[in-house]
Amino acid sequence: MENIGEIIKKYKANPFEVYPVLTPHTGYVHLMVKLGQTVKRPIDPWQQKGGTLLYTILRQGNLKRIYAPIDGEIMDIKRELDEQFVEANTYLMSIRHPLTEDEIIDKILSDFLDIFRAPEAAKYYFVPELAKKIEERGLQKVIIQPGEEILIMSRMKRDIHLVYEGKPGIIHTVYFRPNVTIPEGEPLLGICPPERVSFINDLVQRIRLEWKV
Amino acid sequence: MLELEKKIEHLRKDLDYITDIKGEIFGERLTEIRNWLSEIAKKIYELPRERAETALNDIEAQIEFFEQEAEKYLEPLDYVRIARHPYRMTLKDILENVYDDYTELGGEEKCNIDPAMVVARATISRRVGSRVYTHQVMVIGHEKGHGEEFRNGGSAKPWGNEKALRFMRVAETEGIPIHTYIFTPGAYPIEDPPGAAQQIARNLYAMARLKVPIIAVISEGGSGGAEAIGLADLRLMFSHGYYSVISPEGAAAIEGKIKEGQDLPPELVKSCAEQLKITASENLKLGTIDRIIQEPPLGAKGDDFEFFNQLKHEMIKATDEVVLKVRGLSVLRGYYVKKKTGEKNNAVYVRWELDEKEISKLLKQRAEKYENMGRGFFADRRSFLKKRVDEVCYGWLKIKSLLYFGIFKRPYRWVKRFVDDLRGEFLIITDRVLRPFTNLKGAIEKKFKRPTVQLAYEVPPKEDTYLGEIYVSPLANEDRTISCPNALRYGCYDIWVPDLYGELNGVCPNCGHHFPLEYQWYMNHLFDKHSIKEFNTEIASINPLGYQGFDEKLKEAVRKTKRHSALITFDARVRGISLVVVMLYSDFRNGTVGAAEGEKFILACKRAKVLRRPLLAYVHGTAGIRIHEGTIGVVQMPKCTVAVREYIEAGGLYIVVYDNNSYAGPVASFLGCAPYQFAIRSSRVGFAGPRVIRETTGEDVPPDYHSAENALKRGHIQGIWDRRDFRKNLYMALITMGGKNLYYR
Repeated sequence: MENIGEIIKKYKANPFEVYPVLTPHTGYVHLMVKLGQTVKRPIDPWQQKGGTLLYTILRQGNLKRIYAPIDGEIMDIKRELDEQFVEANTYLMSIRHPLTEDEIIDKILSDFLDIFRAPEAAKYYFVPELAKKIEERGLQKVIIQPGEEILIMSRMKRDIHLVYEGKPGIIHTVYFRPNVTIPEGEPLLGICPPERVSFINDLVQRIRLEWKV
Repeated sequence: MLELEKKIEHLRKDLDYITDIKGEIFGERLTEIRNWLSEIAKKIYELPRERAETALNDIEAQIEFFEQEAEKYLEPLDYVRIARHPYRMTLKDILENVYDDYTELGGEEKCNIDPAMVVARATISRRVGSRVYTHQVMVIGHEKGHGEEFRNGGSAKPWGNEKALRFMRVAETEGIPIHTYIFTPGAYPIEDPPGAAQQIARNLYAMARLKVPIIAVISEGGSGGAEAIGLADLRLMFSHGYYSVISPEGAAAIEGKIKEGQDLPPELVKSCAEQLKITASENLKLGTIDRIIQEPPLGAKGDDFEFFNQLKHEMIKATDEVVLKVRGLSVLRGYYVKKKTGEKNNAVYVRWELDEKEISKLLKQRAEKYENMGRGFFADRRSFLKKRVDEVCYGWLKIKSLLYFGIFKRPYRWVKRFVDDLRGEFLIITDRVLRPFTNLKGAIEKKFKRPTVQLAYEVPPKEDTYLGEIYVSPLANEDRTISCPNALRYGCYDIWVPDLYGELNGVCPNCGHHFPLEYQWYMNHLFDKHSIKEFNTEIASINPLGYQGFDEKLKEAVRKTKRHSALITFDARVRGISLVVVMLYSDFRNGTVGAAEGEKFILACKRAKVLRRPLLAYVHGTAGIRIHEGTIGVVQMPKCTVAVREYIEAGGLYIVVYDNNSYAGPVASFLGCAPYQFAIRSSRVGFAGPRVIRETTGEDVPPDYHSAENALKRGHIQGIWDRRDFRKNLYMALITMGGKNLYYR
């Protein structure tokens, strides 16, 4: 069993994620930000306006503006490449993104839970028996066994029952909503062994407390 | 004492009102009066009643004096303040005080399909001698609700306008006149079904031939929202209202290129209000309204009962006037109604129900009224001789059309119909007589004849190999690449510009995104070779309101485009089918519509009607009504819609195709009313742009809110066409929608 204090210490020591910024193609690069500058991702709900301009790249007379994909601070910027011709996938800078409370919880959960992902883009529902059990006992009281049908994948009026093939466990987190189409590969359920539930809940609780302070 | 307290409250409100409208010219004097009133209010129970009454009467006289003083110095922007003030009369006040009785239809207060639009079945009565006559009317209008938030300030939502139309039809069925009251800053600019633009267009289209008298009164006439219930036989306006193409603040934001969130300079707003010619007297001069209803100084408030009495007589008089104009026996009454005003015309009685003959006269007069509206606000650059020659040519065209379609074709059509029916009848007889023989023949053939293999040769359809004149877009002259806006979504590669605007016809080879192309491309690729013959090119836009700086902008547009208006009208052919085309193009003042464009449009409708040809409106781009022409521009909405309705009623086929960006007034009137509307891929169609929506509703709209795909989902358009298939699709549309009636029903 991992030590909760250790895990929190690890995230406290480095509550950041570093996003490298690479050129999409060849061209002349003109950097628009400085080292240490705070940048913002597009603020509108459609992620189109208001982002900080990181650099422009000119290829064959076609000037493209590249905006920050995420909030953070510029680090390790290659100033020597400013106004230079660069190849595709050339590293220009990194954005150090401070992780929020929810992002840390998401990361930890993805480490400690077995994620059951959507095999196809479709709508997902619990099978009626499991839904009834969850309703009666509560989400974290129902243990699912390998070989058990857990979900119905509904697409174009074609319902397919999905069988769980992992280790026995309880459903800790449900990532999907009924009647909403989930893209392929997106997480549907986070499953963990029953004995780890209290550990994960404690961990989430501690993170919420620690990050609020 | 209660009376005195009420009076104090009333006077306090009057003081607030003067302060809000024109407080700045009185300075400290208003404060003194206010202090005096406060002192009396404090001592109301201590002072002797007579003294308090005298003091309050003095204050009242002083306030009246202030009102009269302020009235002398009213500026256009003050009329806007008056019309928007929460103390101003609203439709509910009018319904309570002008009409004897009313029943609200389609909900009440908050429990309403749209509280901003009130519809009521009401009665209005008049005394003639000792008899009282009661008339039934349908009252429709915007309700601002004295600051009630759920009324949206009188901004009707699309379903509110739909409600208005529904009850207009009820009035039509019942044959009762309609009184509309316009108290709106503009329509609520959302595209939720039925869609702001679509519904206004439908309202205008229906009102163009609604078979009952319509009287409209304008208090706050905000552009398209006002027109949704404003197409009337008689348009009245309150003396302290305003009627405008755009709010002065909106005009200032456009003129001053003020960014979103920045404060508008008050001087610029004031200047725009002055230049837009928004007041009642200015609108009367422009001919966009017929008469002014005089209000008390600084405008009528909710408790001006004397004014409501006057309004009642004005409404009765206006309805009488409209009815008498179409009535046979009306000489004396017509004269009396015209000459006498107010209670003096009490001796007149007019029955408001119309018979069939009167209805057709009413509709004819309505069409003529709108045809003549806004005339004289464009330039006709033709010489005197050319004008006469054109008149003669048009006259000859009409005679030819009458001879061919009216005299030669009509009996031919009758004979053809009769022969068709006769043949149908005959087929039944021959079938009954011959069936035993054919059955026998079939049976014999089946028994003795060997089956033969029959080779069916299908004649391949003739391919349309026409690829247009050799025309290459000047956009293709740039030596660079361009990114597709959908590159992130679909992974489109950069496209070489000469390829894109050359052989790719401006279409992304990966995702099919259509890059904008100039209107000349369509003129060269869409129509048959050498088939385009432009007409009315000499009708030119001018600066009718003398808007500051607009002359230079016009000159620049003329220099850039070598044309004189934003609308090109021409005869053309598509795979042999002749049609009349109107083309709004964005290079000239963003394709905005003013008096010249409106006139050219109705002349094209008339030409299509005379020549019995389909009418195609291709919208290369339009930003709406030209704000520099003020209400002259706004009236082009009903004017052109009436022309379209007349053309369609006469049997014409009207098709609209949107391209690039098509917004606002034209879409909410003569374009949006078309039964068949299509859009070119990647175009945007809507009522108001994202900024206006954001500023009005407080909500952001998604980037694809106005896209052709969403317009199709909402039912605004009937299909999306690829630019490369435009010619083919247009031909198919003409054939399938026109069919036998292509050249007239």
